[in-house]
This record gives sequence, C-alpha cells and structure tokens, in this order.
Amino acid sequence: MTTIRVLVGTKKGAFILTSDANRAKWVVDGPFFGGWEVYHMKGSPADPSRIYASQSSGWFGQIVQRSDDGGKTWFQPGFKLGEPTSTPEGMPVTESNKFAYDTTEKGKPLTTHQWYDGTQHLWEFKRVWHMEPSITDANTVYAGVEDAALFKSTDGGSTWQELSTLRGHRTGSLWAPGAGGMAVHTIIEDQKNPQRIYIAISAAGVFRTDDGGKTWKPINNGLSSLHIPDPQAEVGHCVHRIAIHPSRPEVLFMQKHWDVMRSDDAGESWYKISGNLPSDFGFVVDVHAHEPNTVYVIPIKSDSEHFPPEGKLRVYRSRTGGNEWEPLTKGLPQKDCYVNILRDAMAVDRLDPCGIYFGTTGGQVYGSSDGGDSWKPIVQNLPSVCSVEVQAIP
Amino acid sequence: MIRVALPFHLRNLANVGSEVQLSVIGEVTVQSILDAMEERYPMLAGTIRDHVTKQRRPFLRFYACGEDLSLTSPHTRLPDKVIAGEEPFLVIGAIAGG
Repeated sequence: MTTIRVLVGTKKGAFILTSDANRAKWVVDGPFFGGWEVYHMKGSPADPSRIYASQSSGWFGQIVQRSDDGGKTWFQPGFKLGEPTSTPEGMPVTESNKFAYDTTEKGKPLTTHQWYDGTQHLWEFKRVWHMEPSITDANTVYAGVEDAALFKSTDGGSTWQELSTLRGHRTGSLWAPGAGGMAVHTIIEDQKNPQRIYIAISAAGVFRTDDGGKTWKPINNGLSSLHIPDPQAEVGHCVHRIAIHPSRPEVLFMQKHWDVMRSDDAGESWYKISGNLPSDFGFVVDVHAHEPNTVYVIPIKSDSEHFPPEGKLRVYRSRTGGNEWEPLTKGLPQKDCYVNILRDAMAVDRLDPCGIYFGTTGGQVYGSSDGGDSWKPIVQNLPSVCSVEVQAIP
Repeated sequence: MIRVALPFHLRNLANVGSEVQLSVIGEVTVQSILDAMEERYPMLAGTIRDHVTKQRRPFLRFYACGEDLSLTSPHTRLPDKVIAGEEPFLVIGAIAGG
C-alpha cells in the first residue's frame, strides 16, 4: 500500500503529513525542531527513509538535521544520541553545520559580490535555503545557501564542501541580493545526464553545468527584467523558481520575478508563456508527474503586493506547456484571501492521478488528488509555510 | 568545574539541562570556555560563535557575576566566582518579540 508523506517546513518548525494513496485522511506529526525556521526538507529519491532538513535561526545559525526512518527520529549527521561526540583524541567527529566558503585558489573564488547600494560586499554565510538529495546516492546531497553558493556533502550531511566554481564564475561580483537575500534556491539534477545540473539564484539568474560542477554557464538569454539597468543582462535576473519533467530535462519552466518563461533547449534561450494569466508575478512553478506539458503556477498580484489578485486563491494550469491557462478554484478560498506561496512551497507526487500540494504563509497546506481539478486543506493553522515536498512510498 | 547556562534551543540541541559543567584547561576565559564547550558538545559548534571567524553571533551575549562580558576580549580572565564554580557563565539570547 502506497504511503504519501508531505514534508512541510515552516517559520516555527517542521511537520510531516501522512496519508494512504487515497489522500483523503491525513495524520499530522510535528512540530519537529519547534521554534526554529525550517526553510526546506526533502527526502532522498535513492532511499525514501532518508530525509534532510535545513533548520536555522537568527540566534544560533544553521543546523542540518537528518532522519533515516522517514521522519520518526532526527539527528544532526554525525551526532547520533548515545554515541561519542568526539574522537579518542578529543576532536569533534563532524561539522555538519559548517558551511565555510572555499578561500583557496581552486576555482578562483570571489570574496565580494554587489550589495544593494552597488558597492561590493563580503560573501557571508547566512543559511541553507534548499536541500537537494542526489537522485542516485542517499549519502550525497547538495545545499543551496545564502549568500549564494552551492555546497555538496558525500557523507550524509556530516561535512560540506563548496563547489566554488559557481561562486567563482567571472560574473560573481555582479550578483546582487533581492529583498529576500541572495541565495541558491533551486537545484535540479538531470536524470538523463549525471554531469548536468541546473541551479537558480535570486537575483543572478540560472546557471548550468555540463561537467559535474567543474564549470558553469549563465543561461539567461531571452529573459527581460525591467527592474535592472540592462533588462537583457547576462546576469542579474530575479529567477524565483525553475521546474522540469524528469523525462524531458531539456525543457525548463520558470517563474521569474515577473514573467512565466519556458526553454526548450536546456536554458540556451527562453521565451515568455505568461499568456492569459491574471498576473505573471509569482514564486512557484511545477510540472505534472505524468504530463510533461501540464504546468502549474499560482499568480501573485505584484512584487509589492504579495497576495493573490482580487483576494482569490487560484492555481493556474496550462495543459499546452504555457500561454493558455485555466484557473483551478474548486475548494480554494475565492474571497478575502491574502496569503503568499513561497518558491519552495509546491510539490507534485508520482501517483496516478497526480497529487499536487502547496503551502501558504497563512499556515494552510492544500492538496489535490486529481491533478488540480479540486482542492482540500490538509491542515489549516500551521506557522507560515516555507516549503512543501512530497514522497510517494511504495 | 565551570558552570555554563545555555538558552533553551541550545539545551535541546546538546540534549542537556539548563546548566552544563565543563573542565577548562588553562586560564578561564570566554574563549577557553567555548573551546571546551565545543569539544564536549560538538553539535554546538557554530551556534554560539562563527565556525571560521570565532566571532560571537550577533543575537547572543555573554554575562557572569552581573557583568556584561560580550564586548570584552575573549582572552580576558573571567571573575573568580566563575572559576570557582560559584557563579555560572551565562549565554543569553536576545528577547524574541517586542
């Protein structure tokens, strides 16, 4: 019997919502790490019992948590309760929350990036925004962090090394934060080509490696951003999210600060697919599990009004790969709704029919078990939701 | 033994009570206390001071015997009552809320 597990990160802890394949009755577990911000948690495709979570706080910084039993118990990698916390020589056994920027010559890492006022600013680690477990190895996991950089662990999150060739890209000194900070927030592995990874940075844009992270290429041709001095600049675009269908990894969908975009050539060029959306500002974008041309977004009114247009919470679905969008409203509030849906807060499961989930800054998590035709709140009064991921466990 | 009082979230991370007791080698200073703490409870490394720069995290302060030690040199010898274990060394977080 298939189990569905929805992993919810919030401003005040993490929650796990569990159901059978009918997705009608849910059990809510949590809060885990109560009082801490959980920007993201995600299960390993290689071992669904393995879940990584990013736990952080303005007081105490970054913590990495890991579960090896599907979220029942958690530990900081390397620090299992009851086991020695140091070697016989007295050295710490691990440094699972140490995200130290590479300062060696390797990869020519930069030490400054552009600040809000145009001056150069030191790179400073703040938190992990996104955890991306490897498709093939449960002990390998990527972390997208603020200030923008990509880290990798190959020992289950116990230690982290920066892939500094990204931050060391010749455009690095031009990257700048948006209002929410400057972070690597999207990491997508290409299932057909293990050497290819896409990442996205607010507010720098999308980058691709075709050699496992040795070199990176900005792939922002076709994006136009009116809020930067050169709207067609090579970097500087506030990309909010990108999504692919695993079977067609060369086709990318993007929700940008403004504009919903598509690329059919692995990001080499982009074109606009906003079509008839009531607003093409938003944060999330995702793709149906079985229909690579069916795409979902949730329009937000504007960059200064982070709530749905007209107070109506509507998911928009395109079955044509963009441009033609239909509002999905059944079961969603259609008046007086002024929540936001953050970039990591939408996910699709792999069942048939496909399930779709999203969480709001008002603490609701909505689910659809029919591809978006109808929605129900799974839980309504959580803390503000940062992220939603889902696992279908056979 | 040196007594150290930790805030709620750090107690949970280290799985300890409101105070821990540490054996500190050499002069008892903020730095030697934190060194000993991170060796005994490595999961706290990076939560009180930065892994690399060793700078105190901005929302935390250090107190002992009614004195604010946050801005004094981390190499300054701490008060005798802390060294004797009569008074705790306090790690205090900024108040959340308003």
